[in-house]
Parts: sequence; C-alpha cells; structure tokens
Amino acid sequence: MVTATALEAELLELAGSVPDPELPVLTLHELGVVRAVHLHGTDAAEVDLTPTYTGCPAVEAMSLDIERVLREHGLREVTVRRVLTPAWSTDDITPEGRRKLREFGIAPPRVRETSGPVPLTLGPTRTDATEAEPVPCPHCGSPDTELLSRFSSTACKALRRCLSCREPFDHFKEL
Amino acid sequence: MTATGSATVPVTAALALGDDALVLSHRLGEWAGHAPALEEEVALANIALDLLGQARVLLSLVGDEDELAYLREERSFRNLQLVEQPNGDFAHTIARQLYFSTYQHLLHAELAAGDGPFAPLAAKAVKEVAYHRDHAEQWTRRLGDGTGTSHERMRRACAALWRFTGEMFQPVEGLDVDWAALESRWLESVAEVLDRATLTVPEGPRTGAWSAGAGRQGIHTEPFGRMLAEMQHLHRSHPGASW
Repeated sequence: MVTATALEAELLELAGSVPDPELPVLTLHELGVVRAVHLHGTDAAEVDLTPTYTGCPAVEAMSLDIERVLREHGLREVTVRRVLTPAWSTDDITPEGRRKLREFGIAPPRVRETSGPVPLTLGPTRTDATEAEPVPCPHCGSPDTELLSRFSSTACKALRRCLSCREPFDHFKEL
Repeated sequence: MTATGSATVPVTAALALGDDALVLSHRLGEWAGHAPALEEEVALANIALDLLGQARVLLSLVGDEDELAYLREERSFRNLQLVEQPNGDFAHTIARQLYFSTYQHLLHAELAAGDGPFAPLAAKAVKEVAYHRDHAEQWTRRLGDGTGTSHERMRRACAALWRFTGEMFQPVEGLDVDWAALESRWLESVAEVLDRATLTVPEGPRTGAWSAGAGRQGIHTEPFGRMLAEMQHLHRSHPGASW
C-alpha cells in the first residue's frame, strides 16, 4: 500500500469530519466508515467509504456530503468509492464515538474480542438472560435492561428497555 | 458512487443470489402497514432493507441494477421459488424466513471463507443475516411453543413451504460450494429449531413433482407474476422517472 501523503491525510481528516446523516452527533471518522483518500494529480480525489450495513440508505447522503466538503476545499473532482473489504464492524467505532452515542441516549455497541460472524445463543424470548455482557441503560446506567426487539429505528440499532428507570432506548447493536 | 468491481463474476450465480435477496425483500416490504405489532413492522422492514442492499450490490456486479430489477421478464429471474411465495399469515412469513435465512447464513459463511468474487459481499451479508436467522428462530419457538392456535398455524406453515426447500441445494453454476454438506447442516439446524419449538420436521417431498426445474431455471410459481407486475409497474409506466 502506498503511504498517504500529508495532503491525503489532511483530506482524510476533512472527509472524516462530515457528520453522519442519521446520527449527527457522530462524525464519519468516529463511525469508522471513511477508509482512505487517494489523490490523483493535484485536484482530483478518490475516497474509500464502507457501508455499515449493505442496505444502509445513509450511504448516498454520506457520499454527497463528502463530495461537497472536498469540493469546497478546492478539489475539482471527487469520487466516492464503496469498499466492502474488510467488512465494517461496530468495533470500528472510535472510543470518542462510543462516548458521544451514550451521551446522545444510544447504548454503544459492546466491543468484541474477536471479529467475524456474531455468535448467537438461543435464550428465552423477550429477555436477555443469555447475554454474556449487559447493555447498560444510557439514561441511568443500570445494567438491568431487556431486549424488546432486535430491530429498531434503523438497521444498526436494537430496541431495549431499562428495568430500573423504565425508559426505552436504542442500542447500537454489535455487527 | 461506484461499487467495487471484480474481474470475472459468474452471471448466473450473481443473479441467483441477487434475485433471492431482491424478491424476498419485496415480499417482506408487503408487510409494511400490516404487521401484527409496530416492533414487528420495523423488524420486517429492516430485514427487507438488508436484503435490498445485498441485492443491489449483487445485481450491480453484472449489470444495471434498475434494468435487472424492473425490466426483466418473469422467466429471466433466477430466484428460488421459496422466496416468491406469498406472505400468507404471519406464521408463513416466519417459516419462509426460517428456511431461507438458515440457508443464506450457511451459504454466505461458506462464500465469505473463500476468495471468489462474492467473498466481500458475503462477509458483510453473513453478519446481517445472523440477525435475520435469530429473529426467525425466536419467532418459530414463540409460535410453536405458544398457544394451540399459534402452534397449529406454525406447523401448517412449515409443512406448506417444505416442498420448496429442496431447490436450495441444487448446485448453482459459478458457486464453489459443497451443496450436500450445506444441505445436511441446514437440515440439522432447522430440525433443532423445530424441536425446540415443539414442532416436528415436516414429512413429504422437498421438491415439487414438476420436473422442468424450478426458480433457478426461471420456472416460477403463479404468485410470482403478480408480485413482479406490482414491483415493476411504476418503472415500466414511467420510464426514466426520478424523485
């Protein structure tokens, strides 16, 4: 792999500073989806963007935002390339990103030891009895929470409820 | 935005995998506004969205995604007959999800482990489908081991769709997969879920009597034509229209 130049690093930072269209508290860098910027000549750039979920509808908005920001920075031609390998994982969310999610009221994904397919265990329905590590409530911090639905307002979130403060909340589920 | 290209993509295989995802995505989308609970509405729509994303990547590997989705005739689609089956009652939808997501999970895990042209997409899809499979398993257990009515409906649904499950393990040109091994793992996995759900593995043949082939050869069941008509009519009525 070719080492990135100082300008490429600057452009990568710029592209990474774009807020996520669905979760504007996070930048694309904190979400871990901007992989690289390659400069061609002096004013053309190619940006490698990886989707969180294959069908994530926010990817197109992200591409447009990146394109706009880099053009405003003086680049004439900006191409956003979708890269799938290596597959994005919630472990790619930065520690700062996790902190912001929690502050925003979304329980951040738990960090896994190994990457790869999510191991699933079958537990009694509508409980989290078999989950190894609790998902603490982002509102009151209680570890006593239950799963309501594996799917929530967006593909990347699950819906949970805190059994202490009774508030429902989104959990950025592990992928 | 351009998709990652690959040197040689086997067209038949891309259409088979892409059409499975596209057609099931459309069927699940039909639940919008009709699901038994809001959470379920959201869950089915999310699963449909994952599948649509996979379909877009797969079809784009071998052509223009819109042309392939909206302008092909029924006989040119290579999806399994299983995924085109109507939603039926909720139990039918869950049985279809159980059979298909178990298959898709095993198949994509195998493709992801290889270095073929589908490995990058499969590596992403396998993680998404793990959630689809889990969703189907949990519901199968809840309905099978629920009330007398839910048990009976789940049993009926599993039995009704059983004859579409044999087709999943017919070799697909361009996919380097040990189909017999895949089938035995699938049977084992589905049997385990059904057993936990107090249901039994359905009896009877796993293929239809019609010998001309099935979805992979472009032979589809009657409800598929009606589904396609609905899916394609807007694009065909207003060619080139955009939002």
